[in-house]
Amino acid sequence: MKIKETATVIHQEELASGIFRLVLETKICDYAVPGQFINIFPNDGSKLLPRPISICEINKEYGLMVVVYRVAGAGTKEFSELKLGDRVEVMGPLGNGFPLEGQKAIVVGGGIGVPPMYELARQLPGDVIAVMGYRNDDLFLVEEFTDVASDLIIATDDGSVGTHGTVVDAMRENHLTADVIYACGPKPMLKAVAEYAKEKDIKCYVSMEERMACGVGACLGCVCQSTEKDDHSHVNNKRVCKDGPVFLSTEVVL
Amino acid sequence: MNTKVTIAGVEFQNPIMEASGTFGSGMEYSEFVDLNSLGAVVTKGVANVPWPGNPTPRIAEVRSGMLNAIGLQNPGVEVFCERDLKFLEQFENTKVLVNVCGHSAEEYIEVVERLANEPRVDMLEINISCPNVKEGGIAFGQDPKAVEEITRLVKSHAKQPIVMKLSPNVTDIKVMAKAAEAGGADAISLINTLTGMKIDVERQSFVLANKTGGMSGPAVHPIAVRMVYECANSVKIPIIGMGGISTWEDAIEMMLAGATAVSVGTANFYNPTATTDILAGMIDYLERKKINDINSIVGIVK
Repeated sequence: MKIKETATVIHQEELASGIFRLVLETKICDYAVPGQFINIFPNDGSKLLPRPISICEINKEYGLMVVVYRVAGAGTKEFSELKLGDRVEVMGPLGNGFPLEGQKAIVVGGGIGVPPMYELARQLPGDVIAVMGYRNDDLFLVEEFTDVASDLIIATDDGSVGTHGTVVDAMRENHLTADVIYACGPKPMLKAVAEYAKEKDIKCYVSMEERMACGVGACLGCVCQSTEKDDHSHVNNKRVCKDGPVFLSTEVVL
Repeated sequence: MNTKVTIAGVEFQNPIMEASGTFGSGMEYSEFVDLNSLGAVVTKGVANVPWPGNPTPRIAEVRSGMLNAIGLQNPGVEVFCERDLKFLEQFENTKVLVNVCGHSAEEYIEVVERLANEPRVDMLEINISCPNVKEGGIAFGQDPKAVEEITRLVKSHAKQPIVMKLSPNVTDIKVMAKAAEAGGADAISLINTLTGMKIDVERQSFVLANKTGGMSGPAVHPIAVRMVYECANSVKIPIIGMGGISTWEDAIEMMLAGATAVSVGTANFYNPTATTDILAGMIDYLERKKINDINSIVGIVK
C-alpha cells in the first residue's frame, strides 16, 4: 500500500560533509520493507519532481522513518534545511525491496548506497558481514553497522580508513563468502560486486538508481536494461521504480 | 449541475482526462485515484509492435517544468489489448482513449485496425507530435499536407472517432488544426510537449541521453492556453486542451479558451490525485458561479 501524506520532521543532523540524516514521522513506515524508497517533494513549487530517497531505518513502534541522503542539488539542499516540526510531502513506500534470505549474508554499500543497507542488515535473519565504501575518512553510519553486523569492513578511495580501494578490493582481501550478497552503490561498483558474486557462485541482489519522475511505474522514465524481456513493455527495459530498485544481478545489464 | 461533455458523439461524465504518457493505462495510479470518476483514461502511446524507447537518462527537471525523452516505449498493441484494455473493462463510467503511435502510415493503420473491434476503445488519439522519435511521430505533425493526409488515411481505417494530437513545435498551430479538420478529424488535442534541452554545466554535457526532450509542466501552460484559443477560433471540431494543467483554475482557463475537455499530465507526477482534485475544484467553481452546465463556459472568452 502506497501513501502520499504530509510528514513531520522529528530530527535532522549532518552525519558527514553533505550527508544528512532526516527522521520523519510518517505512516509510510507501517508498510515499508528494507530496500524500498520514498519520494520526498520539495516545498518550492518550481521544483516539480519528487526526489527518490532510500529508506535507511524503519521504526514501526514509534512511526518513524529515517532517510540518509546526500545533498546533490537544489531539491536535496532544501531538504537539508528542514528542522524539527517542519512539514514535508512524502509518498511511499515505493519499489520492491530486498528479499530477506540466507544464513550468512554480505551487505555492500558504496557512498550514498550505504544507508539502505542498514535496515536490511537489521532485518536479515542470519549472520551479516557489512562492507562499506567511502571516499575518505568522513565516514557515516559506522556505529549503526557495528551494532547490527558481526563484522564491518571499510574501504576508502584514499586509503585513510580500512582497505585502500573499492569495496570489492576489501571483499577479496578478506576472502569473503556467504549465501547471498546485497549491494547498493554506483553502477561500476554494482558491476564489480556482481562479478565477484559470479566468481564465487553466490546469489547477488543489486539496488539500481536512475532519474525518475512518477516513482510508480507509469512514466517509463527510469528504466534499466534487463537481460530478459520485461513484463511491462516486453523490450528488456525494467522499471527501476516499480520492478526494482532491487534486482538479481543476473536480471540486469550492469 | 451538468458536467457531461460530448465529443464526436462520445459522452464523457466530466471533462477531466489525463494526458497520454503520464498515467500508463491507469493501473499504476488506480491506487490513488478511482478511475471510474474520470471523464476518460487516455493511454500511453501504443504501436504495432513493442518499442524499446530511448536510452536513459530520459528525465530532467527544469524550472516549473520537466523534460522527457521516453521515446514511446510501449508493449505493442497485442499485449496492450490483452492486458491494459482488459484491466480497463472494470471502469464502466470512464471512457477510454487509446493513443496511437507509429513510424509510418502503415504502422498507424495496423494499430487502428487492430483496435477497431475492441469494445473498450471509445476513441483514438493519433500521436503525430511526439518530439522524441526521429521517424514518424512529429514528422507527420509539422507539415500541414502530411497532417491532412495521415488524418484522412487513419480516418478511413478507424472505426472509432479520431482525435489528432497536435504539436506546438510549429510556426502556426492554426494551420495544423485546419489541416486535421480538412482530413476528417473528429477532434483535436493539444498541446503535446515543446522541444527543449538542458545542459549540465558541471559535466558540460547534455542531461538527457537523447539531447533534447519534450517540455511539460506549469511553465508551458500559458502557451497551451494561447494555442487552444487560436485553434478554437479556427476550427469547428472540438478540442481537448492540455499543457501544464495543475490546478482547477488552469482547467477552467483552458475551457474558457475553447477546450471541451481537458487533460492533466505532468501534475500527476507530483500529485497522484491531481485529476480528481482538479475536478472537485472545477465543480466548486461552477457552483459558486451558479453555472448549471459546464458546456456553457467553453470558448466564451473571445
